[in-house]
Amino acid sequence: MDDALTSFDWRPVFLTLKLASVSVLVLLLLGTPLAWWLARSRSWFRTVVEAVVALPLVLPPTVLGFYLLVMLGPNGPLGGAWESWGGPRLVFSFPGLVIGSVLYSLPFVVQPIQNAFAALGERPIEAAATLRASPLDHFFTVAVPMARRGFLTALSLGFAHTVGEFGVVLMIGGNIPGRTKVVSIAIYDHVEALDYAQAHLLSGGMLVFSFLTLFLVYAMNRRAEGIRR
Amino acid sequence: MTGIDAHIELNLGEFRLDAELHAPGEGITALFGPSGSGKTTLLRCLAGLTRAPRGKVRVNGETWQDDRVFLPPHRRAVGYVFQESSLFSHLSVERNIRYGYNRVPPAGRRIRVDQAVEWLGIGPLMSRMPSNLSGGERQRVAIARALLTSPALLLLDEPMSSLDEASRQEIMPYLARLHGELSIPALLVSHSIREVLRLADHVVTIDCGRVTESGPVAAMAQRLGPGSAGGEIISIIEARVVRHDDAYHLSLLDSAFGPLWAPLVNLATGDPVRLQVEAHDVSLGLRREDDSSLLNQVCVRVGSVTPLGPGQTLVRLGALDSGDDCVLACIVTAKSADALALAPGLKVYARIKGVRLLQ
Repeated sequence: MDDALTSFDWRPVFLTLKLASVSVLVLLLLGTPLAWWLARSRSWFRTVVEAVVALPLVLPPTVLGFYLLVMLGPNGPLGGAWESWGGPRLVFSFPGLVIGSVLYSLPFVVQPIQNAFAALGERPIEAAATLRASPLDHFFTVAVPMARRGFLTALSLGFAHTVGEFGVVLMIGGNIPGRTKVVSIAIYDHVEALDYAQAHLLSGGMLVFSFLTLFLVYAMNRRAEGIRR
Repeated sequence: MTGIDAHIELNLGEFRLDAELHAPGEGITALFGPSGSGKTTLLRCLAGLTRAPRGKVRVNGETWQDDRVFLPPHRRAVGYVFQESSLFSHLSVERNIRYGYNRVPPAGRRIRVDQAVEWLGIGPLMSRMPSNLSGGERQRVAIARALLTSPALLLLDEPMSSLDEASRQEIMPYLARLHGELSIPALLVSHSIREVLRLADHVVTIDCGRVTESGPVAAMAQRLGPGSAGGEIISIIEARVVRHDDAYHLSLLDSAFGPLWAPLVNLATGDPVRLQVEAHDVSLGLRREDDSSLLNQVCVRVGSVTPLGPGQTLVRLGALDSGDDCVLACIVTAKSADALALAPGLKVYARIKGVRLLQ
C-alpha cells in the first residue's frame, strides 16, 4: 500500500473535483431559470421539456456521449460552427467534459429545484408582488431563499452525480491523462492494468465521498423538517 | 378625485363576474356576500393578481387598469392581506414587515415602522420567525406588513376566516382601531354579518358575480339579514357618549333618534360608538308610554311597511328630521300593523328593548 500511496496520481482526483465544481456552477445558472419555468408554466410545451430534461435518467450514458461526440466534433453541426467562429476544440477537452456532465446531470439539479419552486405555491409570490417587489426582485428575495432546501439537494446530487459519471466522459473526453482522465476512468484503467492497490484507493475514496454526500443531504433535510414542525 | 371606481368583467368557467364597484375614498367598505359570489376574485382583479380581460380600475384618480393600461401588482399602490398566512417563512417578523416598506420610495412612506408595530401590538414578536407565531399573530404581522407599503387602497380578503373564534376576537379590535388611525380606504371581504356591522362604514353586497346593492352600513344593515346566512334583521345606529351613570351602570348616548341609554361603556365623553338593535327587539306604539320598564323610547317616522313572511310585517323607521334615511328596522305582526294603521309618514314611538354596543 505504501508504494500505492507514493506513486499515487492525484491528477484524476483534482480534475474530477474541478469538473464537478464547474459543472454544478453551470447547472445552477442554467437549471434555476429552467426549473422556475417548468414549475410555473402552463404551456403544453412544458411537458416536452420535462421529458427531455429527464432523458439522461433512462438513456445509457454511451448514447448521450455518442451523440455529443457527433454533434460537437470538428465536423459535427455544432462543433463545426463553434470552431469556425474561432472556438477551441470541444471534444477530448475540458470544455467538452463540462458540456457532457451538464447534460448528464441536468435532471439531478433541475428536478429538486423545480419541486421546491412548485411546493412554494402562488401565495408567497403574490404576497411579494403586492409588496412592490418586481418579478426579478421577488424571484431572488422570496422564491430562491424559500426553495433553499431544493437547491441544497440539487447542489449535492449534481456534484456527486458528476463525480460518479463514466460513460459520457469517456466518450466525449477520451482518456487523456491530466486533461480528461477523471477518477472513474482512472479506476477502470487501473483494473485493466491489474493495479488493484491504486484501484482500491480511488474506489474506496469514491465510496466514502458518495456516502458522506448523501448522508449530509438526508441529515440536512431531516433537520429542516424538524425545524418546520 | 378620491374613491374607488372599478368595473370588472371576467369569465371563469361557468362563473361570470361582472361587477361595478364604487366605494368611498375613506373608511372600511365591506364586500359582503355568500361564498362563491366572486368577492375574492373581484379583490384579486383590483390588485392585479388576476387579470380581467375587460376591466377598469381607478383608485383616487389613478388608473390601474382600463382598455389600454394594465399595471402589474407590484406597480399598484395596494396593500393585500390574504385569507391565510402569507408571511415569508425565511424571514423574521421584522424583516417581513420591512419587506414592502423598503421597496417604497422614502417620499411615498406615510406610515412609520414603529407606528404600525404599535397599532398592531407586534413589538414583542419582531425577532420571531413566522413558524413560531399563532394564527392571530401572523395575521396581525401580515396587516402591519401591508400597511407599511403606505397603500392607496388596503384589500383585506377575509383576514379572519382561517382563525378560530379566540384569534378572531383578538384581531377585531386592531382592525377596528385602524379605522380611526388611518385615512387609507380599505375593502374588507367578508361573509360574516357581525364582522361587517362591527367594522364597516360602507357595505357593498355581491351575489353571483354582480354587485347588488351598496350604501352606508347603517342604511344597509337591515338589508343584510333577510335571505342571508344569519336571517336576522339588524339595525346599526351611530351615536356619541354624552355621560355615564355609574350608579345604574348605564351610559347616555346621543344619536340621530335622540338620547339613548346603553349598558355602561368604557369610553370618554364625546367618543363615537356603534349600536346594534335587532328588529325583533323594537315595538311600536302611537303614544308615548311613560310607565314602561323600557328605557329607550324614541319618536320616529314610518318610512316603509312591507310584508315579511306569513303574519309578519317589516317596518322601516327614520328619525323625524332625517329625510329619507330609514335606519331602524322593526318587525311587528301583520295584525298590529293593521291595528295601528302603519303607513309611510306616520309618527310613531319606537320602544327599543335591547341596545347592544358593537365593540
